Amino acid sequence: MASAASLKATPLNSVHRALGARMVDFGGWDMPVQYSGILDEHHTVRNAVGMFDVSHMGEIEIRGREALRLVEQIATNAASNLKIGQIQYSGLLYEHGGFCDDISVHKVADDHYFICVNASNQDKDYEHIVQQNRFDATVDFASPRYAQIAIQGPRAIETLQKLTTADLPAIQYYWFTDGAVCGTPARISRMGYTGEDGFEIYIAPSEAARVWAEIASAGAEFGLKPCGLGARNTLRLEAKMALYGHEIDATITPLDAGLAWIVKLAKGDFTGRGALAKQKEKGVSRKLIGFEMTGRGIARDGYPVLVDGSPAGWVTSGSPSPTLGKNIGLCYLPVEQAAIGRAIQVIVREQPVDAVTVATPFYKRAR
Amino acid sequence: MYPEDLRYTKEHEWVRVEGDTGIVGITHHAQEALGDIVYVDLPKVGAQVEQGKPLGSVESVKAVSDIYSPVSGEVTAVNDELSTAPEKLNADPHGEAWLVKVRLSAPGDIVNLMSASEYQTYVGAES
Repeated sequence: MASAASLKATPLNSVHRALGARMVDFGGWDMPVQYSGILDEHHTVRNAVGMFDVSHMGEIEIRGREALRLVEQIATNAASNLKIGQIQYSGLLYEHGGFCDDISVHKVADDHYFICVNASNQDKDYEHIVQQNRFDATVDFASPRYAQIAIQGPRAIETLQKLTTADLPAIQYYWFTDGAVCGTPARISRMGYTGEDGFEIYIAPSEAARVWAEIASAGAEFGLKPCGLGARNTLRLEAKMALYGHEIDATITPLDAGLAWIVKLAKGDFTGRGALAKQKEKGVSRKLIGFEMTGRGIARDGYPVLVDGSPAGWVTSGSPSPTLGKNIGLCYLPVEQAAIGRAIQVIVREQPVDAVTVATPFYKRAR
Repeated sequence: MYPEDLRYTKEHEWVRVEGDTGIVGITHHAQEALGDIVYVDLPKVGAQVEQGKPLGSVESVKAVSDIYSPVSGEVTAVNDELSTAPEKLNADPHGEAWLVKVRLSAPGDIVNLMSASEYQTYVGAES
């Protein structure tokens, strides 16, 4: 493990330490994995409101007369469908169809797109986009200019509304507005990685500690707690949101991952389109499917999966589900074996343990 | 924090010797490092365990961790309550949430283990 000194730190690092967070090396970043405890933080987000420092996430901005053409080239979803103020989940693929990253594309203006990317992928994402830029567009590595805080949970909107004049109820899911939070300019996106309602705000790093403290105060009456990457993972898994390096990576295409809805083959050429069109014609060979453990044991990432006693796939993410009180996971299985309700086994520390495939998401909030 | 009547391992287990029996558990430091404990896998009564060898495992929400036996001998009792209430390991790791009792085959084993003050220094240096 790298020493803390060589790890990258967000502008909120000293805040986390002062709060007594347990810090871990997360893809080269010194990040809080938990404060009060993963279970407590998880339930706080499901039932009230939690706040997360996600400043390690990367930002890449594309501007210029042909900004849209570049975005359409690099991303699988149809950015041309975006209206100003709208956000789109999309795939950044290699030519062979595997994921370079999963991204969220914000349309700021006709000639300006703001892309949020994964922390540990941001450098290669930037290089990958720059390499494809044969358009009248500029690609700007903007991560140093932004801190990012996620406010998530049923009381997120009430919490954040105390700190902004932006009309938060008017922002639809996967839309954003540029306004101010605590008097500092902020991009306010209504989205998240928890399966709950909530917001992700982008602010100047120099303002992060002050804004963090004001959000904490504003949310206190609703039971707000700071939450770490541990709860972020259990929350996103229950909501079946993909995590790069687990459900998706360079060897996995969006069609494998059940993300055909972010692939718009009809939009024209984009990087990876040829490979995906071929895969669609042949049909996918594997499928991402959810399971619950029925025997005693917790599936963990990378554990082998058996069908009818034979090796058939692997666990991409596995964990106790605090909301369901069960042990759950996602795995890849051959498509012909990936029916819901099928008995499977997960090899837990050399012992096969019974499980059953189930419909996903594991958790869906009541709207 | 660390009771004087326990002996401690570098892997963060403890043993309390009562006559020919060693009562085994994990330390406060271990439960704190693990976080919310959700699953404990222990040997059955009658199993032979050996000092420094895996005795079982404990899992938090985030991770799985091996438990190494601080002593050698035969398991004479298992704390079954932990299978339904593993969170007791977070609440009372040096007391109610003991893991197993072992009839010691080599009582001299404990000279290899740390005293409370040595362990306190050890975890202080580690963190």
